[in-house]
Amino acid sequence: MNFAAVFAIYRYEMMRFFRTLLQSFISPVISTSLYFVVFGTAIGSRIQEVDGISYGAFIVPGLIMLSVIMQSISNASFAIYFPKFIGTIYELLSAPVNFLEIVLGYVGAAATKSLFIGLVILGTASIFVDLQIAHPFAMIAFLVLTCVSFALMGFIIGIWAGNFEQLQLVPLLIVTPLVFLGGSFYSISMLPPVWQTITMFNPVVYLISGFRWAFFDMADVPIGMSLLAIAAFTGLCMAIVWWIFRTGWRIRA
Amino acid sequence: MAPILRINDLRKTYKGGFEALKGVTLDIEEGEILALLGPNGAGKTTLISTICGITVPTSGTAVVAGHDTVIDYRKARDLIGLVPQEINLEPFETVWNTVRLTRGLFGKRRDDALLEKILRRLSLWDKKSSRIKELSGGMKRRVLIAKALSHEPRVLFLDEPTAGVDVELRKDMWEIVADLKADGVTIILTTHYIEEAEAISDRVGVIDDGQLLLLEEKEHLMARMGKKHLHIDLREPLSAIPPGLSDHDLRLEDDGCTLIYTYDTKKDRTGITTLLSALAAEGIILRDLSTRQSSLEEIFVGLVKEGAA
Repeated sequence: MNFAAVFAIYRYEMMRFFRTLLQSFISPVISTSLYFVVFGTAIGSRIQEVDGISYGAFIVPGLIMLSVIMQSISNASFAIYFPKFIGTIYELLSAPVNFLEIVLGYVGAAATKSLFIGLVILGTASIFVDLQIAHPFAMIAFLVLTCVSFALMGFIIGIWAGNFEQLQLVPLLIVTPLVFLGGSFYSISMLPPVWQTITMFNPVVYLISGFRWAFFDMADVPIGMSLLAIAAFTGLCMAIVWWIFRTGWRIRA
Repeated sequence: MAPILRINDLRKTYKGGFEALKGVTLDIEEGEILALLGPNGAGKTTLISTICGITVPTSGTAVVAGHDTVIDYRKARDLIGLVPQEINLEPFETVWNTVRLTRGLFGKRRDDALLEKILRRLSLWDKKSSRIKELSGGMKRRVLIAKALSHEPRVLFLDEPTAGVDVELRKDMWEIVADLKADGVTIILTTHYIEEAEAISDRVGVIDDGQLLLLEEKEHLMARMGKKHLHIDLREPLSAIPPGLSDHDLRLEDDGCTLIYTYDTKKDRTGITTLLSALAAEGIILRDLSTRQSSLEEIFVGLVKEGAA
């Protein structure tokens, strides 16, 4: 195992992040504040409570998930797409590294960045609402798993993408609707029965529900199901990455 | 001593069926400079890419210091430095960081003193904190070389290192290559420029249509080039070369109107004076004289044409 290479990639990617630290920090703070103004204040004044939790607090796990999922995908997909686009991928392909090391470096850095953003959002949210975290370790574990699994997905998108439009396609057309319809801003139990059933096919529901359980000890689906869902998703992404590694798909002629 | 790089029947066929390499076999000795000449699309870059791991060979092997580039790729790639043809660098990164990344990718421990030495040698030290996008084209090419050298390779591939570079920079590059050779680095460079191959290589390979057409010591090639032809235009055509001139390497062309004398420029005595005296003794009247030399370019073009035929 070439750990020096993993660290070199990780460090290089993190330096890009630190170069733009201020914007990395400010943009989630502003967008979270906006969500609180729009959803928390405008809608919250009408809904007030969901399952005994103030609406403002209720949407916090969903808000964090929304940003973390999008950030993980965009960080990782851009990180591997960019070298392909400008040609510096030659260096990765001709270095004594295997695909696992490349994935660890890029996905590790992308997940770290989105974890940081998730924690910034959590900090910002705690200014607006009174937050209590019922299962702090589970909360962190869920957050880390989400960062890693969606960074893996982003990595796959980055390898697949042939242009910048494709890079945006999956996050915009698939992931954003899934996250918005995954119970970020409402409880599944608030939906009509038919939609409740349909919603159960949305994998993000299990993530948000599990994450919300870590905060409030209440969930739309059993916590075991949530764990299973995220494990299955991570496993699927790993399998695809392994397949890419085996075949050299889209990277090695 | 075993060659440092052994390429055996290396073939590469791309998905669309295009055969970029049609079985290249080549041994490269440690410490030599091999220039691979060939036109665009000849397979030079594919050959390098296949050895370096950027493309996967269809069949055949490349072995670096006993390590197969596919089976034992870590050890093989460890020994190889690659300077690509295109200037592939991240524009927003600094020179220092990009060079340091390469050393890290090759699993080497941080060694700032070594990187400083490399950057100083390539006249990049005062640019170490500059972003790549702020550098000139020539400087960027040096950064690519610095990256390739940062992990102390024993074999260095330079893919058209002087393409699009002005004459002065090209000479600089040649000096850098000579310096590296003095350090014992084996260098394989591809080029369009025949004078480049002449100036810095030990051996010259000519590649076209995915095949190695010729591989020869540069000195031998130069000796071939050393042959010159004296064209003697005659006032009256000859039907045959007179017996009195049979000692000279002559042939008759142009319906007997031109005599061509082939001689070696490197010899002390070219035989021209004797020939001219002999011609006068035979009573042959000359109209004009001219000399021609076959250049490496002509040899090269001839080979490429033969290959295409």
